[in-house]
Amino acid sequence: MGRKAKFDESKVVKKGPGRKARKQPDPIFRKELLEDDSENKKLSHRQKQRAARRAKKKAEIAEKRKALKQAKKNVKEKNDDNENEENLNSDQEIEGGFTDDNKEWLTLKKNVKTKAKMQSESDSGNEMSSAAERDTDDDDEIEDEEDAKISSGKEKYKVGTLDDLFEDSDNDNEDENKSDNENDTSKLTYDSDSSDGDIKDDDDDDEGDDDDDMLPIEKANVKLKKKQKLDKKLADEEMQLNISKQDIFAFPTEEELQNPTSLQDIHQRIKDVVHVLSDFNHLKQEGRSRCEYTDLLLKDLCMYYSYNEFLMEVLMQIFPVQELVEFLEASEVSRPVTIRTNSLKTRRRDLAQALINRGVNLDPVGKWSKVGLVIYSSTVPIGATPEYLAGHYIIQGASSFLPVMALAPQENERILDMCAAPGGKASHIAAIMKNTGALFANDANKDRTKAVVGNFHRLGVVNAIVCNYDGRQFPDVIKGFDRVLLDAPCTGTGVIAKDPSVKTTKDQKDIQRCFNLQRQLLLAAIDCCNAKSSTGGYIVYSTCSILPEENEWVVNYALKRRNVKLVPTGLDFGTEGFVKYRHHRFHPSLKLTRRFYPHTHNMDGFFVAKLRKFSNVIPEPFKDEDDEAAETNNDKVSQENGDTNSTEQKDIIANSTHTPLKRLAPPETKEPQKKKKIRDNNSEESKVTETINVKRNKKHRKKKNKMKGKEGNLQVGISSQENNSNKNNETEDSNKGDNSYNIDSENKKKLQPHTPKLAKIVEASSEVKTQAHAGTESPKAKNKKKSKVIKGNQVNVMNSLPNKKESNVSNKVQFEASKKLKNKLKKKKKIGQINEKNKNKETKFQQMNQKLKKKGKSK
Amino acid sequence: MKVLSEERTRILFEKLTKYIGVNVKLLIDRPDGTYCFREKKDRVYYISERLLQLAQTVKPEHLVSAGTCFGKFTKTNKFRLHITALTYIAPYAPYKIWVKPSAEQQFLYGHHVIKSGLGRITENTPKHQGVVINTMSDIPIGFGVTSRTTAECRHADPLATIAFHQADIGEYIRSEDTLI
Repeated sequence: MGRKAKFDESKVVKKGPGRKARKQPDPIFRKELLEDDSENKKLSHRQKQRAARRAKKKAEIAEKRKALKQAKKNVKEKNDDNENEENLNSDQEIEGGFTDDNKEWLTLKKNVKTKAKMQSESDSGNEMSSAAERDTDDDDEIEDEEDAKISSGKEKYKVGTLDDLFEDSDNDNEDENKSDNENDTSKLTYDSDSSDGDIKDDDDDDEGDDDDDMLPIEKANVKLKKKQKLDKKLADEEMQLNISKQDIFAFPTEEELQNPTSLQDIHQRIKDVVHVLSDFNHLKQEGRSRCEYTDLLLKDLCMYYSYNEFLMEVLMQIFPVQELVEFLEASEVSRPVTIRTNSLKTRRRDLAQALINRGVNLDPVGKWSKVGLVIYSSTVPIGATPEYLAGHYIIQGASSFLPVMALAPQENERILDMCAAPGGKASHIAAIMKNTGALFANDANKDRTKAVVGNFHRLGVVNAIVCNYDGRQFPDVIKGFDRVLLDAPCTGTGVIAKDPSVKTTKDQKDIQRCFNLQRQLLLAAIDCCNAKSSTGGYIVYSTCSILPEENEWVVNYALKRRNVKLVPTGLDFGTEGFVKYRHHRFHPSLKLTRRFYPHTHNMDGFFVAKLRKFSNVIPEPFKDEDDEAAETNNDKVSQENGDTNSTEQKDIIANSTHTPLKRLAPPETKEPQKKKKIRDNNSEESKVTETINVKRNKKHRKKKNKMKGKEGNLQVGISSQENNSNKNNETEDSNKGDNSYNIDSENKKKLQPHTPKLAKIVEASSEVKTQAHAGTESPKAKNKKKSKVIKGNQVNVMNSLPNKKESNVSNKVQFEASKKLKNKLKKKKKIGQINEKNKNKETKFQQMNQKLKKKGKSK
Repeated sequence: MKVLSEERTRILFEKLTKYIGVNVKLLIDRPDGTYCFREKKDRVYYISERLLQLAQTVKPEHLVSAGTCFGKFTKTNKFRLHITALTYIAPYAPYKIWVKPSAEQQFLYGHHVIKSGLGRITENTPKHQGVVINTMSDIPIGFGVTSRTTAECRHADPLATIAFHQADIGEYIRSEDTLI
């Protein structure tokens, strides 16, 4: 067939298969090579004429330049008093490459100085013609030409040859000296002359040849630059003045504060205040304290980012102001979507290729992870591709990789994920274990366990047991895990971008409830772990919160109460955990924990701590006043949940093989009542546990006396002074809590995160599951709540009125009776045999409750 | 977790044989320990003995799942294979169907495989044979039952159904709650 003839030149021959895909472009030659032959060309007459004119003009320009230079020097001299100094300066200037204006020109000349010298000598006086003969396009030649120009200019002016540059400068200096002697007027005239010359020159340039356009432009450029420089200098000075004057941020008046104008203004004010706070001593307004500024900032930040004041206050305590603003900004934007390759089914490279083929724009998440991919953009829904459904990957935040990496699971281990839903981290563990060993994935929420099951099956995890316990009960179910991962439920202050409702909904109570639960979960997780494991004995605690209350404090609590120590997490990035925060002084090893922030690591706010259990013995309980205070506070908050630490842990003890107590029992006044209560409960449950409990109580009495001396047994050496400081603050907190409890008792009724002890017992006896976190409330639950409220009141009464023991006792007796009734009632209800008697009892019970309530209120 | 009754075991194995033929015995005789089928709330789980022992420590009412769920017995005592069994069915299935990329999505939404979407089919596939459906890149995406033999497929109408839909991986999203 042959190629198509290229008849039509403009028509491009079609590209395509079978033809050369890429046409070779035309060769590109270097400029010099192209221009070479033109050098040999002889110039025409006209060209010669033009060249002559050009040379003439250049000479004029050079002259003018020189004049300008001198004028400048004169001005300088005017400024300087010392003449000698001036001379020196000018010398230096000249040596260093002339004034700024002409730098471009004169440095060029300097570079080829020797060359020019040689040429000038050889060409003798015929420089002009020789310069004209050269082609202007060539770079080197331009330089030569310029030499020629300048030299010719100098010829007219003073110097005959271009022999030495320094000679020129010397002459200049002489001129200067002369002009120094002259009066100011002469200088002025000189300046005016030069300016006249400029104008004339411009006119000339306009008339001049096209080839010479370069010069006037450059000239204008130089002039302009000079002017700009001056302007800039002035502007800078003005700015400095302004700054020094204006910098003090004017504190807004009351009116301004009450009538916020716009968000932009607030934003500006935030910036200003942050600036002021960064250098407070210099920038503050007279008579304003730092407090006022921080308060203003707090209000503005709350307004601008729509946080509630409590949370913002807490955040301000964590971050310095500058960082705080960064954090808040970062919390506004969501983090990039990341996916984790399921190494059970595919490799990252294959997955990336498959997804790229589907039109997904992705990248590896970083060097620290071999399974993570960041999705920048996607044309298909990333959660519904066939690869996703086939279990080749799971959508998971980058921060969720960290706790599993810290846990570092090994093959054939038995591992527990205590709060597993929706199964991202747990499936990661299974993938690292390569489906060997055993993985327990637990979650308290039954509905969410379905997601775990779905994900596990999709990802092909076959070594997992999914169960649905309250994590705090897990040590009763099974122990002896090699590793335990506890990704505790939290306030979610690290993932505000994901769930902005955190900004407004969280308050002190929520945080307290959270960390109380977290402490119990962590202790349970530690109890589940087996210290004697040959490969493990590790516990990883993580939250997606950045509050130290939920992180360092919880870990610190566990350090005191269990035989665990912190070990490095194995994550090579992230910031160190806090060792001190406000009044808290944590164990120094807490710096081994890792914190991750949205603004510094571009992942969700996260906290990871890795603990190693070194002994299975649960240490003697002791009363650590600070924590105790915090807990009583918390307990009161969640009293109506019926889930005090003591009751919770009593159960654990009843079932655990270790005899020592975990916690100190409540004050002695409560003792008989407690015993009775326990007996009641146990009699319903089993006699075996009863005996244990009785034993325990006896032991407990003995031990109580020893308690005070037991602090020496602490694994964690924290100085008593620190403890004391903590105590004080805690007690303050607890007081606050008391007050708020009394006020908000109504509100608190609604809060119910923990499993009530009573409910638990009933659960155990009758095999009907009551859901701890269920939102639905049966009438039973309501009854429970009532009684709990009473209990809470009772505690308060006891605290406030120790003298009125008798009334308390009567109260207690009544209360106990009601409880008993309630239990019986429940049991029977569950079995489904409600008869007349029970109904009667129920009404009685309600009446009693009401009475008690009234009493409580009156008190 | 209880042992399957004699009858149910028979029903289960009959069903599995439809899909993976004689390879059923590979599920039982494994080099990496003994595996067994256990029943919980009519669901059948395939689980290793070792894991089963651990799972028995968990109270039945708290146990959500253990090992791999293969499917469930219906009220009429028939066994229905769930998509979750795909992990074990796919590697052992002798008969397979590959669907074109254009038909992938259709199948994942629960439609049958039609002739126009058929990419490849194993030679000599009989009628009413359980088959695993793959994408052209060999990712198993579900299973079905053939409505025609391979030979019949050649001459079939473009809109004719080749395989009836039984289960597909789209169910992980569509019916996550009813999966287990």
